[in-house]
Amino acid sequence: MAIITTTRGDLDDAQLVKREGVIDNENETTTWTEYCLLACAGPHLDGESCAQHVHRSVHVTLKKWPDGLGAVLADLQ
Amino acid sequence: MLSRLLQVFTQSPDGYLWANVQAMCTSFKQELLNGSHAFGAQGANGTRTVTTKDTFKAALFLVSASRGASDTVYNTTGELAGTGNYTQGGIAVTNATAPTTSGTTAFWTPSASLSWAALTSSGAFDCMVLYNSASTSSLEVAVFTFGSQTVTAGTFTLTMPTNDATNGLIRIA
Repeated sequence: MAIITTTRGDLDDAQLVKREGVIDNENETTTWTEYCLLACAGPHLDGESCAQHVHRSVHVTLKKWPDGLGAVLADLQ
Repeated sequence: MLSRLLQVFTQSPDGYLWANVQAMCTSFKQELLNGSHAFGAQGANGTRTVTTKDTFKAALFLVSASRGASDTVYNTTGELAGTGNYTQGGIAVTNATAPTTSGTTAFWTPSASLSWAALTSSGAFDCMVLYNSASTSSLEVAVFTFGSQTVTAGTFTLTMPTNDATNGLIRIA
């Protein structure tokens, strides 16, 4: 059992539906975890919310910034 | 690349393109030459001595904002609203590692992750703006983008890349 901080106060995770996702590309590795109330019919597309949505946390790890697209690598030469 | 471009650009309802585009601000490059930023405390250069480094902050911006290379100073236009435990102006950046060099590249990276706890974002966001909070006009350093996210009663953590000449957050080659 774990207690999850939600928009409706702290709830036991047994009362919730947990979904997780990962985005991994050249810019970032992102993991997200969200919880909805059990009444949620889900599943959702990545990042999509619903009326039963009560918690979403995101962890973005920045990776190498690509050249081009105004990249952060300053070329002062 | 195409997916990245599609991620960067968002068609607004009024027909204009809004987007946050990752970039080192052009004004920042000039300010570097003018000695306007101190990421680390430097030694005497014969004219002056900077013994204290500046403080820097990071702020989050909505996908509907248009931050980019032409920014000169931090402002709240397009920033997350000051609700849901988010404070406009952002949070302090931990800077315990002075800029250094490897080969022909100088680089600097914040020494700790950025984290917003108990956050409910006022909308989808995809951008972090780094700025010099010690400067009187909050000179902007750079714009960093990532995939659009929302946070609800949760934590948003932004972990920095490896601090080296290839991956560091700010690199001058």
